[in-house]
Amino acid sequence: MRLLTHNMLSSNIKGVTNGFPLRIEVEKVVEKQVDFNPNFLKNMFSKIDYKALLEASRIMGYAELPDHADPSSLESDDFLRRFHHALLQLHLEEGSLVCPETGRKFPVNKGIPNMLLHEDEV
Amino acid sequence: MWYLCVFYHRLLDYRKPEVESLADLFGAFDKDADPQTKSLEWRLPENHHPDSPFHFVNLPSEEIAHKIANRSILVKGIYELWGEACSFEELEGAIKKYPDERKLPYLSTESTFKITVDSFGKVISSTEQKDRIGRLSNIPFKGRVNLRNPDHKFWLMETDDYGSNNGLPPVVQRRIFFGREIGAADRKLLPTYQLKSRTYLGPTAMDAEMAFLMANQAQAIPGKLVYDPFVGTGSILVAAAHFGAMTMGADIDIRVVRDGRGPDCNVWSNFKQYGLPMPISLLRADNNLPPWRPGLKEMFDAIICDPPYGVRAGGRKSGGRKLLKGVVGPYTVPDDKRTDHIPSTAPYSLAECVHDLLDLAARMLVMGGRLVYFYPVLREEETIDTDFPEHPCIKLVAKCEQILSYRYSRVLLTMVKIAPYTEDIAEAARIKHSDFRENHVKWLEDGNLRSAVFSPIDTQLNGAGDTKFSKESKPKYRGKYV
Repeated sequence: MRLLTHNMLSSNIKGVTNGFPLRIEVEKVVEKQVDFNPNFLKNMFSKIDYKALLEASRIMGYAELPDHADPSSLESDDFLRRFHHALLQLHLEEGSLVCPETGRKFPVNKGIPNMLLHEDEV
Repeated sequence: MWYLCVFYHRLLDYRKPEVESLADLFGAFDKDADPQTKSLEWRLPENHHPDSPFHFVNLPSEEIAHKIANRSILVKGIYELWGEACSFEELEGAIKKYPDERKLPYLSTESTFKITVDSFGKVISSTEQKDRIGRLSNIPFKGRVNLRNPDHKFWLMETDDYGSNNGLPPVVQRRIFFGREIGAADRKLLPTYQLKSRTYLGPTAMDAEMAFLMANQAQAIPGKLVYDPFVGTGSILVAAAHFGAMTMGADIDIRVVRDGRGPDCNVWSNFKQYGLPMPISLLRADNNLPPWRPGLKEMFDAIICDPPYGVRAGGRKSGGRKLLKGVVGPYTVPDDKRTDHIPSTAPYSLAECVHDLLDLAARMLVMGGRLVYFYPVLREEETIDTDFPEHPCIKLVAKCEQILSYRYSRVLLTMVKIAPYTEDIAEAARIKHSDFRENHVKWLEDGNLRSAVFSPIDTQLNGAGDTKFSKESKPKYRGKYV
């Protein structure tokens, strides 16, 4: 699971009002090369919750993202490269996503987050 | 300018929408125009039936015509027409009359060329072909012939009254076309991607040709993000990825998205097999209760899918079957069993599935983004002008029918997002969602397509004789089958 996906997901358990961002519990992180596409990154930047990405990247062991970023940061190639790495190249291969409100763990196994709810959670 | 557009005689209903979708993608229309008015001008050769492979289309430039033809799946070629006629004598005259300034640049000494003789509905032997090429000697070709890799390709195509017409109105007279090729579909894609060589397959994997058509309807190009909420083995996303789009997929069945049939036989390996970039993300999620964070919208440029509508594969959603039927009270998972608990699922009715899909598209598509999906239709009448699903934010721009059996067909619907997803629309969707939950049993019974498709035919008719009669009374020509 890439951090782009993490940035889109929340805990949708019935009654949970604040299910985002999901806390990452890391067991195994892998890095995979992805073609650098500045246009895609610029397009995604406005849709991303930067704070959640920043925290997630640090938990995944990548500390190169700046504390703050705004649309003007996109003019810097250096920033784009870091953003690219954090958003697309870091994968959570094994671990969990934890609901910040209830502590329910959504397992991530072989890189696939399992977001299906139990019967009493829908 | 008007061009001759010749189609493969396949998937007849899909041919023009594909060209129009690609025309839109390559900038043939005014960007701010209403999506429903973005259509091309078409014309048929005299006396031709709409199912004929020969059409004339008005396109703004040769460059756009070239791009459309090369990207399409069903266009055999787009040609600059130099002449058309009913006989060779007449054709000669027509070509002669075509302005020299249009012809001469392609006939110069330093260029190479090739002439192909083609026909529709008849076979022309190689002797006849040579003879026909010989009759073109009036055209002042100065360049050299190169059959392998010519600079300019010319086509001599003809169609005639070919007797067996499979129900098509007969061709009234012979028609011959001569033109210069502007572009042609790359059908070599299809053997490369055909399902029989695909490593990981499921029972409802999308045929490669259809998947490419869907990707064209969705206007997949590099830099766009395409999502499939019923990803299965990824067969639709493979086509989108071939055209350079970034892909993302979800499925409720974890065995498909996570495990496949082993380390080298899963959704990832299907992308690896063709050297395509891996999906951005695969996840297990229920389209009935999507896990998107609040406030997330306008993420995807296109959503392409083949929803499970219960004929070949039934859809499932969260919530136990017995629970939704009201047979048992809510089941509480004991704390010590929570980690490895496998939640039970309930059948997902077509109506609810489509409602969720339109709501997802209205929220998650960018403005101008496209939703492309199959919708099943019972073939009770000959026309398929059924009421297709509607939504205030997304408008239907194309519908293409493919007949699957005597009882039903599927229609590929293309919708474009035209209005933002407002709070009011979200609220209406929430109310509808709870209506589906509360009346789960009723919705399942209403939309039971499977029984409509597979129930014995003579339950409504008296005796076998009538059944036979009604089968034969359907018109023999079934163009949408091809």
